[in-house]
Amino acid sequence: MLVIKDLHAKIEDKEILRGINLTVKPGEIHAIMGPNGSGKSTLSAVLAGNDKFEVTEGEVSFNGKKLLELPPEDRSREGLFLSFQYPVEIPGVSMVNFMRTAVNEHRKYKGEEALSASDFLKKMRDKKKLVEIDSKLTNRSVNEGFSGGEKKKNEIFQMAMLEPTLSILDETDSGLDIDALRIVANGVNKLKTENNATILITHYQRLLDYIVPDYVHVLYKGRIVKSAGKELALELEEKGYDWIKKEFED
Amino acid sequence: MTVTSQIVNLQEEYLALYNQNEAHLLNGAPDRMNELRQEAIGHFERLGIPSNKVEEYRYTNLQPFFKGTLSIGFSNEQLGVKLGDIFQCDVPELESYPVFLVNGWYSFQNVKDFGLPEGVIMGSIAEIGKKHPELLEKYYGTAANMDRDGLIAMNTAFAQDGLFLYVPKGVVVDKAIQIVNIMTGDVDRLAFQRNLVIMEENSQARIMVCEHTLSPNKYVINSVTEVIACENAVCDIYNVQNQHNLTTQVASTFIRQKAYSNVVTNNLTLHAGVARNNVVVTMEEEHCESHIYGLYLTDKNQHVDNFSFVDHAKPDCLSTELFKGVLDDRATGAFAGRVLVRKDAQRTNAYQTNKNLLLTEDAKINSKPQLEIYADDVKCSHGATVGQLDDAAMFYLRSRGVSEAEARILLMYAFAYEVIEKIRVEPLREQIRGLVEKRFRGELDKCDSCVVCGQLGNSLTCL
Repeated sequence: MLVIKDLHAKIEDKEILRGINLTVKPGEIHAIMGPNGSGKSTLSAVLAGNDKFEVTEGEVSFNGKKLLELPPEDRSREGLFLSFQYPVEIPGVSMVNFMRTAVNEHRKYKGEEALSASDFLKKMRDKKKLVEIDSKLTNRSVNEGFSGGEKKKNEIFQMAMLEPTLSILDETDSGLDIDALRIVANGVNKLKTENNATILITHYQRLLDYIVPDYVHVLYKGRIVKSAGKELALELEEKGYDWIKKEFED
Repeated sequence: MTVTSQIVNLQEEYLALYNQNEAHLLNGAPDRMNELRQEAIGHFERLGIPSNKVEEYRYTNLQPFFKGTLSIGFSNEQLGVKLGDIFQCDVPELESYPVFLVNGWYSFQNVKDFGLPEGVIMGSIAEIGKKHPELLEKYYGTAANMDRDGLIAMNTAFAQDGLFLYVPKGVVVDKAIQIVNIMTGDVDRLAFQRNLVIMEENSQARIMVCEHTLSPNKYVINSVTEVIACENAVCDIYNVQNQHNLTTQVASTFIRQKAYSNVVTNNLTLHAGVARNNVVVTMEEEHCESHIYGLYLTDKNQHVDNFSFVDHAKPDCLSTELFKGVLDDRATGAFAGRVLVRKDAQRTNAYQTNKNLLLTEDAKINSKPQLEIYADDVKCSHGATVGQLDDAAMFYLRSRGVSEAEARILLMYAFAYEVIEKIRVEPLREQIRGLVEKRFRGELDKCDSCVVCGQLGNSLTCL
């Protein structure tokens, strides 16, 4: 589904990703962990198409397409979803209007008719229930005045609406209380099928108690320096990142 | 009768025009309007049409627009326009009392029995001014200061008609009053319109003004509206400007507020060639509240200039100002907001905000707050911003599959919505939302039926 080969990216003159290799297959859950500044969020931003970062080398294939050549909206329409670490507040754009526009643009891309108003509202209702998001939130402007937990729930709600094949959850657990974390994790688990895949980007092991990964990768200084099964997360939780840093100090 | 003149040197020719037509001007107009003409033309002779050398018109030189071959109607001719053919005011949710003015003159066609609440007087100022001279005697010309601005002097000298509204003590006008101003005819035209709104104690009214152009001629409009809001009166005035690019409009609104009165003005400039809106509020007594809003959406070579002046003459009053603009292509704009807090106006609250979104490198805005505070116990603030569309929000929307073009529209709309939300008439707010979105999509065709007032299409007006 996703094949990343030797991906390098920089912001201004600073190289952040220095040769990432990663393959994700349908049905898999990958966790990418690593200390602050290792390039975790950059990787997700580059995959989603944020043009603040410049890709200098490497390629990414997503369901057979050259991902890096697509504008962000087409990456989304092809089935990629990024749950933002810091979802943006957009006063004046209603959640309903935003989601209707997004869902219908996805449908148009696939050559499908736009959803009727009633079908769309039904879909909203169903997905809201699925991810346990408060109706009040979806009646407001996009993320405006939402708490940290509400914003993350809203990301998962959007994910449910857009039904991506690959979801990248960037630090979705940071700043969440245990109840919000459970709701967010439940949402992700409910949306999981054998045809879609998830990349969890996280700093802590906590989220992985709720969403169990098939693979854990450690990102350090722009490279994946260690890959193993879920037990690696526990090891990291126990020992921290220092032993990795020591092992791979340039 | 209509007189056509060639204007090259402005004052000289306008003075001559006045002198030649003084008899027509005096004929049929109420005494109070006529009494002020001599003094007004004197001020006009001294002040002239403002150029950008006049501080308050620094970013809008109006002189070129008042030159050329222009026709002025000196009597109510109606120009053979059958309003029934042009308009169908049938927006059902927008229940209103519709009134039409053609080229600045009150239209007596299609006047239905409105069933206005008892005691409310609405109609032509020329006609009602003669029936109720005492009302004009007491209020006409008391708000619009003509010795500072040549255009106000000019309007006072030349104006013969306009809308008159009187709401007596304690009366609430249930439906909105909708004033449809139409510029039409097959000649280039200069029009003067003079409106007077008197809100007695405890009265309430909401007024919507829709400005339209119906034929592809050059139009210059110099209109003055005076509003007197007596104690505890509540009055909303929404002005929706949707005119073609050959239009120059100077719309001046002067508001006198008495104790506990509450007034909202909102100038929504959706489309205009050159628009200059003046809003002047004087708080003559304590505990007044005034909200002054404006939204301007411009593109091509359009120019919109909003000027406001709030005179906090008495203590314990509140004023809030919010003006927002979206400027595309080579459009230019200006905002100047003067707030004067006089020495005794303690506990004044005055807040002013002007925010602008520039979509191109060529679009330009000049924003100038001007606060003069002579009292020491006040809360005043002002802020002006000029920016571009937010990259982070843009990326967020696109990352969900929304195209760049659609994301731009959503964000432009989001920027404008703050002003739209201030509209206190729910159906109008809905209509404006739709109209603004159409404008951003480039679908606001002035040939379309206007959603606000049901103006039917006319292919000639596509300019």
